[in-house]
Amino acid sequence: MAIAPAKTDLLELYEQMLLIRVFETEAERQYKAARIGGYCHLSSGQEATCVGVIEAMHANDLLVTGYRAHGFALARGTSPEAVMAELFGKRDGCAHGRGGSMHLLDTERGYYGGWGIVGGQLPLATGLALALVRQGKQQAVVCELGDGAVNMGAWHESLNLAALWKLPIVFLVVNNKYGMGTAVDRASAEPQLHKRASAYRMHGEAVDGDELEAVIDTTARLLDRARDAREPAVLEAITYRYRGHSVADAGLAYRTREEISEHQEHDPLLRTAARLREAGASTDELRAIDERVEERVEQAVKFASESPEPDVDSLAWGMHSQGSDVQFERMRPGSPFGEQELVFDGGLGK
Amino acid sequence: MSPATERPQQAEPATGSARMTYREALRLALREELARDERVFIMGEEVGVFEGSYKVTAGLMAEFGADRVRDTPISEEGFVGAGVGAAMLGERPVVEIMTLNFLLVAMDQVVNHAAKIGAMFGGEVRCPLVIRTPNGAGNQLTAQHSQSFDGWFAGTPGLKVVTPANPADAKGLLKAAIRDDDPVLVIENLPIYKEKGDVPLDPEHVVPLGRAAVAREGSDITIVAHSFATVRALHVAEKLASEQGIQAEVVDLRSLRPLDMETVARSVAKTNRALCVEEGWPSYGVTAELAARISKACFDDLDAPVERIGMAEVPLPYAKNLETAAMPNEDRIAAAVLSVLG
Repeated sequence: MAIAPAKTDLLELYEQMLLIRVFETEAERQYKAARIGGYCHLSSGQEATCVGVIEAMHANDLLVTGYRAHGFALARGTSPEAVMAELFGKRDGCAHGRGGSMHLLDTERGYYGGWGIVGGQLPLATGLALALVRQGKQQAVVCELGDGAVNMGAWHESLNLAALWKLPIVFLVVNNKYGMGTAVDRASAEPQLHKRASAYRMHGEAVDGDELEAVIDTTARLLDRARDAREPAVLEAITYRYRGHSVADAGLAYRTREEISEHQEHDPLLRTAARLREAGASTDELRAIDERVEERVEQAVKFASESPEPDVDSLAWGMHSQGSDVQFERMRPGSPFGEQELVFDGGLGK
Repeated sequence: MSPATERPQQAEPATGSARMTYREALRLALREELARDERVFIMGEEVGVFEGSYKVTAGLMAEFGADRVRDTPISEEGFVGAGVGAAMLGERPVVEIMTLNFLLVAMDQVVNHAAKIGAMFGGEVRCPLVIRTPNGAGNQLTAQHSQSFDGWFAGTPGLKVVTPANPADAKGLLKAAIRDDDPVLVIENLPIYKEKGDVPLDPEHVVPLGRAAVAREGSDITIVAHSFATVRALHVAEKLASEQGIQAEVVDLRSLRPLDMETVARSVAKTNRALCVEEGWPSYGVTAELAARISKACFDDLDAPVERIGMAEVPLPYAKNLETAAMPNEDRIAAAVLSVLG
């Protein structure tokens, strides 16, 4: 075990964890008030994994996640305003109102997307790692996935390529016990998911995903190996999600209230707060964090509410690279009704 | 034909043109782009040591090394996705898929990932990925290896799709695809690989996307085609001209998305009749799209309903006579022309 973070660092990490918890609670409230649409997958209960993994990453390491992404984006430093505005489908959202909850993005912080197809982000993240090698960069990729994704073919193909080509990537399996409503041991013939790395002669290990310092240490060690020795790895962070699969799922068809309560007794925030008190943090210090976080989330909602909607005449914006409008200009004769106004005049390739 | 006998004549590099096969033209485009841009690399099954399943990449690994010409395991979803990710960081991967049929196992990466990146992230990330792959029926390859899904991809916003029908366009369109900042699917064609034609040797010979070509001028009917259907249409047009004095104009689409409807509409305005030909199944296909757009754009010009012809709508059988009957062969195209002309 490396040296524990100093009290001031731990306070900061605790604040990030609390920010995620409060943000997610507010997101659920806003979803139920119909100000957030689509799917909305919350990370409540998984904060130590989000914050610990990001803390271990270098500033220039790259991050790819699945669709339970709010916590990772916030931990990576994307502002709560930009994330909430994205959930609201507004112009100032971190994906310009085009992505929503599942497709957050922050390229400035090396975050190459939340992705919505289970397992689909793995081959793509493997390609990011390949590009880093081709470009001679001393950086690594963290590719987050859920426990359900390990049963996809994309998992097998990506791990094989990463091991075969010695790519600097850590596959972070966030094992929160259920893929939607299917328990891990009902889905994977090897329920100790990190062991599946051995099929590719790849290092795999598990960590208590609710123990902040353990997550930081383990992730840092695996990322160092990836960066320095180009040894990919699987890290299984064992945690628990308090809420349903998405906001639309009450989360009780496949587990009991008692089970949830039991996990809440070992809540990662409570654990980290206890560590802080041991390190000498005062009740006032912790209360100040509470207040600051509440205020930041309130501010995020205010910002998101006031941010303008995207212009309808920018509908096709970004779909194609600049100059593509010239390639498409001869497509107009015989177009279906509305295509000219919506697509061709909607910023296609401009 | 062995690759050694297929080396293009390079006595006068960069000027003039040389006669070479479609396959050699593709190889020339790849070699020029590999030499021009360090970011370009080739990835796929058997592209290196084996020198390409259809020998398009023959000699390139020896010339550019195993990093630039990268052999992969049989993992289409994995390495197409790796191409997507590498492209997102500014690389220029050219991924070879052995045949279009095998791209189906990587559909998630093509349709759900590559095609979405530009729009879904508001233009902040680009995906300059090229996937090149042949299709084509007629060699008794049977139901799983003879399909043309051109329309599926051309109907997906976010993708660009080109379908060269001759060696010069094979070089020019592949180079345009590699230089484009968006994901481009280059659909090649197995029966055309051995066809010869004059190919400009200028390394800047690039055929722009979204520009059709009038492959043969005529006044009686417009045949709209792409890929190998263009080759068949040209044969039929020559035959009808010499035997019956019918002058068919053949429009070779070259790009399916972006589609050059202006050239199609201009031709139909001249001939007042249109026949659309494809190697895929016509229902919900390329010809269905063309017929709808022509009917709207050329409503006042048409002297007959737009006709279309494609693969018979069955999984392709093995027996030679059954396969031939199912294909949009030259006899069927000629019969369709005569029927439109009434």
